Formats: sequence, C-alpha cells, structure tokens
Amino acid sequence: MTTTVPLEWVLVLAAALFCAGVYGVLSRRNGIAALMGIELMLNAVNINLVAFWRYLEPEAATGQAFALFVYAVAVAEAAVGLALIIAIWRTRDTVVLEDLDLLKG
Amino acid sequence: MTIEQGLFIAFGAITLGAALLVVTRRNVFHAALFLILSCFGVAGLYVLLEAPFLAAVQLFIYVGGISTLIIFSITLTRDGVNSNIAGRNRQWWAAALVAVALFGALGGVLGWMVLNHDWGAAPGPVPEHSTAILGTTLMNPEGLALPFVVASVLLLVALIGAVTIARER
Repeated sequence: MTTTVPLEWVLVLAAALFCAGVYGVLSRRNGIAALMGIELMLNAVNINLVAFWRYLEPEAATGQAFALFVYAVAVAEAAVGLALIIAIWRTRDTVVLEDLDLLKG
Repeated sequence: MTIEQGLFIAFGAITLGAALLVVTRRNVFHAALFLILSCFGVAGLYVLLEAPFLAAVQLFIYVGGISTLIIFSITLTRDGVNSNIAGRNRQWWAAALVAVALFGALGGVLGWMVLNHDWGAAPGPVPEHSTAILGTTLMNPEGLALPFVVASVLLLVALIGAVTIARER
C-alpha cells in the first residue's frame, strides 16, 4: 500500500470526507442528521491519524492509540448528543434545529 | 494500476459516495443506512493501511454501536411531520460554499506540502505484533495509561449522562 498509494491520496480523501461532514452539520435541519455529519468528520480525522501512523511511524503505536481515543470521544459525543435530541423531542416535540430558539432574544 | 491502488480507489469511492448521500438524502433513515456503508468503506481503508485491529473496532463501534443508536433515535423521534420537512435549511448554499472553500483550502495546503516537504524514505513494514504493541503502549504507565483511564472515565460519565438526560420523567 505505502509504495503504490501515496500518502497524499489518503489525505485528500480524508479532507473530502471532512468537508462532506461540515456540509452536513451546517445544512441539515434534523438534529440527528447533523450528528451524522459530525460522525463523518470524526471518521475523516481517524483516517488521517491512521494514515500518518502507517506512512511515518509504523513502529510506534501512538497513531493507532490516538485513533482509539478519538473513538472514545466519538462514542461519548454520539450517546450524549442523541440523548439530548430525544430529551428535546420529549419536551418540545421537534427535532428541527431551527425550532430550538428558547435562548433567542 | 496495481491491485492496492484499485482497492484504495474502490473503498475511497464507497466511503466518499456514501458520505455525500448521508449529507444530501432527505430521508434521515436512508442517510443513517448510508452512514453505515460509509463506515464500512473506512474499515476497508484501515485494512489497506494495515491496521486490522482498528478496522474491527470501526465495525464494532460504528456499524454495530453508533448506527444502532442513531436508528433507534430516528424511530423514537419519528412524529409523522419528520419525514415531510425539507432535509436542508435555508443556509444550505452557504454551507456548501463553506465546505467547498474548506476543501479548496485543505487541497491547497496539501499541494503546497507535497511540493515543499520531504517525507523521507518509504516507510518500513508494520511490525508483526502491532496490536500487541498498541496494547502494551495503552497499558504502560510510562506510555498512555493515564489518558486511557481518563477515556474510560469519560465513557462512564457519558453513559450515565446519556441515561440521565434521556430518562422519562
């Protein structure tokens, strides 16, 4: 892989995936769909971490370890985020992010 | 074109194509299914990058865990109106502009880096017991044992917090 596929290919793919996630977060009305965009962005970061580990420091384990920490944070974020959306749906009967304007002056 | 290049392009196309469908499909449930496909593609990329443990973790956590959580949340918050509302908000064109500009900026930085940075010789092979090395690094007090424990505490807090927030009162 490392001799035939240059590192830049992987980085460009991860950048494209990240930008797709950014678009999802900014453009979605449904809160759950916006969370899916965040998951895509975290995936892109993980691809970068693993690619740099493989291409620059395959003997060290830190690249993979950081990817595992990103997983832990991603799982915590997904659990709390979805719980928040369910709680909001219970009290306000909506998952549309624009309708959540209680703090708007 | 070698087999590895072909596999990389195939997995990359699956990942990116499914990701674009995730952010553009109107139906949230379809978007969740495409998120699963995208995560499968990422797991394939990990296999290509010779990180089989992370590929398995990717399948367990994203395909097994997070997608189930997302699909449960979609069914729990389904209220009939949900599927009829527009998938994107009024600022979607600005969002698309931001995403394309960000990709352009990242591509520019990458291009500059490729021209000006020397990555050195081609990397050596991955050690045979890379997963064992990862495990000892995570458990080594001189290594990453403290962040590992902190991550465990974070997961516990998130677990209790999620149950508390979503609990029916």
